[in-house]
Amino acid sequence: MNSFDQWALSLAVFIPVVGALVMMFAIPKEDEKSVKIAALVTSLAALAVGIYVMVKFNYDKSGTMQFAVDKPWINIIHSRFNIGIDGISLPMFMLSLVVVPLCIIYSWNHIPSPGNAKAFFILMLLLETGMAGTFVARDLILFFVFFEVVLLPMYFMIGVWGCYTRQYASTKFFLYTLFGSALMLLSFLALFFKGNATSFAMSDLAVAAHNIPHGTQLLIFGGLFIGFAVKVPMFPFHTWLPDAHTQAPTVGSVILAAVLLKLGTYGFIRIGIPILPEAAKSWAWFIGLLAVIGIIYGALGCLAQTDMKRLIAFSSVAHMGFVMLGISTLTPFGINAAIFGMVAHGLITGMLFFLAGSIKERFHTLEIKRLGGLLLQAPRMGWLLGLSAMASLGLPGLAGFWGEFPAILSAYSPAKGLTESTFRTFMVIAAVGTVLAAGYLLWLVQRVAFGQPKAEWEGHHFDDVLPTEWLAWAPFLIGILVLGVYPQFLFHITDGAVTDMLHTALGR
Amino acid sequence: MLNHAWIIPLIPAVSFFLIIGLGKKMPMKGSEIGLVSIFTSLVLALITAVQWINHTNAAVTGGEAGASDGAAHEAIVKPVIKVFTWWQSGGVKFGWGSHIDGLAVALLVVVTIISSCVHVFSLEYLRGDRRYTHYFAALSLFTAGMLNLVVAENTIQLLLGWEIMGLCSFMLIGHWWEEEANSRAALKAFFTTRTGDIGLLVGISIVYFATKSFSIETINQTVTDGKVSHLVILMGAIALFIAVIGKSGQFPLHTWLPDAMAGPTPVSALIHAATMVVAGVYLVARLYPVFVSGFSIGTNVTIGGLNPMALIGGITIVIAAGLAFVQNDIKKVLAYSTVSQLGYMIMGLGVGAWTPAVFHIFTHAFFKALLFLGAGSIAHSGSHHSFDMKESMGGLRKYMPITFWTFIVGTLALSGIFPFAGFFSKDEILAFAGHHGYHSFMYIGLVGAFMTAAYMTRCVWLTFFGEYRGGHAAHDDHHTVALVAHDADVHADHHDAHAEPHESPWLITGPLILLAVLATVVGFLNAAPFKIEKFTEWVQPRIAFPEISVPDFSWLEAGESLAIAMAGILIAAALWSKDLGRLRGLTKRNKLAHAGYTFLWNKYYLDHLYEGIIVAGITGPIARGAYWINQKLIDGTVNGVGIGAREAGKWVYKNIDQKIVDGAVNGAGMAASETGGLLRGLQTGKVQQYGALLFGSSAIIGLIFVIVIK
Amino acid sequence: MPINAFLLLAAFLFCTGLYGVLARRNAVLVLMSVELILNAVNINLVAFGTRFQGDVTGQVFALFVIAIAAAEVGVGLAIVLLIHRNKSSINVDELDSMKG
Repeated sequence: MNSFDQWALSLAVFIPVVGALVMMFAIPKEDEKSVKIAALVTSLAALAVGIYVMVKFNYDKSGTMQFAVDKPWINIIHSRFNIGIDGISLPMFMLSLVVVPLCIIYSWNHIPSPGNAKAFFILMLLLETGMAGTFVARDLILFFVFFEVVLLPMYFMIGVWGCYTRQYASTKFFLYTLFGSALMLLSFLALFFKGNATSFAMSDLAVAAHNIPHGTQLLIFGGLFIGFAVKVPMFPFHTWLPDAHTQAPTVGSVILAAVLLKLGTYGFIRIGIPILPEAAKSWAWFIGLLAVIGIIYGALGCLAQTDMKRLIAFSSVAHMGFVMLGISTLTPFGINAAIFGMVAHGLITGMLFFLAGSIKERFHTLEIKRLGGLLLQAPRMGWLLGLSAMASLGLPGLAGFWGEFPAILSAYSPAKGLTESTFRTFMVIAAVGTVLAAGYLLWLVQRVAFGQPKAEWEGHHFDDVLPTEWLAWAPFLIGILVLGVYPQFLFHITDGAVTDMLHTALGR
Repeated sequence: MLNHAWIIPLIPAVSFFLIIGLGKKMPMKGSEIGLVSIFTSLVLALITAVQWINHTNAAVTGGEAGASDGAAHEAIVKPVIKVFTWWQSGGVKFGWGSHIDGLAVALLVVVTIISSCVHVFSLEYLRGDRRYTHYFAALSLFTAGMLNLVVAENTIQLLLGWEIMGLCSFMLIGHWWEEEANSRAALKAFFTTRTGDIGLLVGISIVYFATKSFSIETINQTVTDGKVSHLVILMGAIALFIAVIGKSGQFPLHTWLPDAMAGPTPVSALIHAATMVVAGVYLVARLYPVFVSGFSIGTNVTIGGLNPMALIGGITIVIAAGLAFVQNDIKKVLAYSTVSQLGYMIMGLGVGAWTPAVFHIFTHAFFKALLFLGAGSIAHSGSHHSFDMKESMGGLRKYMPITFWTFIVGTLALSGIFPFAGFFSKDEILAFAGHHGYHSFMYIGLVGAFMTAAYMTRCVWLTFFGEYRGGHAAHDDHHTVALVAHDADVHADHHDAHAEPHESPWLITGPLILLAVLATVVGFLNAAPFKIEKFTEWVQPRIAFPEISVPDFSWLEAGESLAIAMAGILIAAALWSKDLGRLRGLTKRNKLAHAGYTFLWNKYYLDHLYEGIIVAGITGPIARGAYWINQKLIDGTVNGVGIGAREAGKWVYKNIDQKIVDGAVNGAGMAASETGGLLRGLQTGKVQQYGALLFGSSAIIGLIFVIVIK
Repeated sequence: MPINAFLLLAAFLFCTGLYGVLARRNAVLVLMSVELILNAVNINLVAFGTRFQGDVTGQVFALFVIAIAAAEVGVGLAIVLLIHRNKSSINVDELDSMKG
């Protein structure tokens, strides 16, 4: 490991925040062009480091922490600057590094009102640091700090650049997640003190947790559960999501869908299961139950929507249900599927939000009733909508399928010690969910893309997909296709790590 | 080629991307890419077939010459399998490759032939269509999906092809999506088959965990060896069968098939003859041991011979045939006949007639494609793009001789008249049903044969005989106008709406003639009456396959079914050709007949049930209810907590903050000012007073110190 | 010799002085009463110093106090003299210019 490797992860995490600081002090607000370029260069630099990490990553040992750094940080509370990356975090880490530059490209000509590109991009870069940091943190306090760093920029993004009821939405988002975070922090502290741990490092706590009696473990896991479930979001903690998504500016929704929601599921995989495996086992049926309720419930919610963006937001609830179902089986197969589902959902739903944003830009409405005949008005966009919808409903050959089907499959035979019949019931319910998903997504496509344009748009001209949009979307589309055709790309990365993790945790 | 058959589906798949990417810039708008790719696949498929036949023959003769030991040669004719690792997760490997055996080869040949014909036919039929390029891209992908399903090495790969076809059917049925009816039909097709796919997802999972494998070969072997508990395999079979019901248009999920007629006619031919709907039947044939073992086919005859497959197949035969009688749209007649014929296949598989059922897939593909393309030809050149037999056809045999004669061949083959292809396959299914003790199903099949012959005669009569009724009709029947609007506006530019009917150009008649020839001769591949069993020899698996006893051919039974079919034709011909005044209009006079007619006309009210009650229920009250729960209960709780918190805050603000805390602060202020007033009296400016106060207070403090500290 | 006698004497002097400071109107008498208080303190200092310290610390402090008191009386009498010149009175009650 050369000296650059020592710094690689920290660089990738902190380049954005440095860039943000430079922008804050060195570039005047009026000079929008420089602001944009600075933001793009910063995020691309972080991405370049990320790609370096990806290239140097040893895929044969994806189960071990690589590029690890462990330096004293806050000694007085036994917290260390402990970061590292393995097969579970690598996909999510890369996803957050890829999404931000694309969002910046997309925003090139679409700074949402009330403008102020500088502040907008600074927030986006801060978000990037928070997200990337969360995925590499190996210390719970560090994790918590990054986890919370994400919160504030998002709050401002929704609150300032959002739509009509943005204040309500952003406050709800903030308070809701803060409520979860509080419980999460409480659980972290309980883990530390009840387990008599020597530090907040995850590996230490995993050992220390053995000292905790089972009943207490259950409670601590419950705290973690609520903290993460709010972020996922799982039924019934999901209600902040539709509002936040609907009100957020386009790139806010994209980042929210593509990365932020994954912080929760990632937390389950990274913290919940390895540290408290026994409690996770006891909670598994409940998580599975909420997951399948979420699947059906999210789908039903989608069917009732009249607003396209809100529909997509609700579909997230359903899709994250599949992810949680995969996690709740506690099998390598299911968790691999969950990670795949996280990446796939990030790409697909991100893409759908981009499309919704662009449609809104052109039509100034997302009310499904007023849309129609998109394929005639902007054919390419219509096709992309169709493709994304197909990917989202889990068509084999596109990315969505490999998160969905293996999750269903894994529910047939969950980990040892879990009730098979319960999970098999979940399996069937989840399979029904795939049909409902087909229902609401195709219905959406039918109403928005097919048919004749409504009379009110007569004589209007609508741009088809613009160059900046192509540039921002192409990686998403390529990702959807490539992962769909050759899922091994991702399973190859995660498989070893997940198997090792479960082996250590559940000892099989 | 046997080892590399996985290339066959890849060719059209690549072609799909090429057409999407480059199609619009090509001189023929991308159709040439489609044609080249499908012909390449066809050639490769034929090479595969020849090699397979040689392989089989060599194995058979080698086995006989070598040891004259039955077991020796059976071990040799294994499926040829080639697998690449596709992905792996949690220690489970997933492959992608090809599993070539007789069944796969037969289907490869059928699919590529039909698809080639459809491609050629579409060149003319869709000339000038506004989405010509996309159409050919979708055709390519559709073919790729089906070929992938056919060569699938494992169930996941099979699922891939299965779903790709679902997507393509959506794209093609909704090809003219400007019309809401079309996009609704597309949605319905996708959604209905997707409903069935719940079964596929669950079924594949169950079978995987039962046999610890996705590989079709291993699954079949494990199940045949009887290593799996019957209950599990029964559950798996039921789940998979639900998928089959959805995909292959079996009762009660058959309703999407007739609506799928909204797509361009060549697509209907492709969907109904060779791809999509056949996929379900193919799945059963492919995993036959699972179904045989799950449903105890062939071993449960003693309890009345009921098994879900035979039952559903039997029901489908009759109800679909019944519906075919009341249709005025020629494509819908053919659609219901497809449903009915699929019923034969499923019933055949249900009664243990594996080879005849597969053979029926094989023969049916040719004559059904022929009939659909014939209908397309009529619409294209004879009836101004209308499919309404009563309003805009009639007497067309004079104008369109080639279409007429080829259509007749298709009709006879479909009705099971000797010596056309349908006779051999259908008759064998019935013979097997009788032989295996499923007598009731044999009779159902005979009834179906009678009905088939009758409704096809009606269809032919209305279309080709009598007086030409076209020309004026298309304008006064709104129903018809709505149905044909899409085709009409496609061709409006080069067809005069009032032109005389004429024969179609060779790009359309060519495929018709080819298919007519095939529909006539392919039956002789497995002609039981002449002891020709080539198809059985080539196709029937020799390993990992349940034992099936083969009935001896009986001229009596064959004659019986032939006579019934002939009777159907004659009675129907008599009914519709002669003006039998007493029967004509019976449905209007007789209440019972009228009720029956209405019942049929409304398709047994199944669509009402699905769309009016189930779909409307889910999208309407249930979804709204769930959303209501979301908004009012859950979000309401959240908001309620929020509002509650806010109200509590307000209350606290008003009562505690404002009155008590702030009161305290204010009070302190006020107290300060008041005591100030009070104290002002103290501030006399007199030194002695100050001194007194100073002393007094220090005395008090001192006292307190003394008391407290001691 | 018990310390009590000294303390009682000092207390008596202090109280007398206090009375004079608080009650007398004549500024000169007030000054004299302050001297009494100071002397009460002196007695205490000497008594405690001898009793607890066992050396001359207390007496040294007393000497300091006497010196300071002399200076204080000097300044005080000078102020009284000036007041008398300005106001033609040395009645303390009339001196309320400190009132805000």
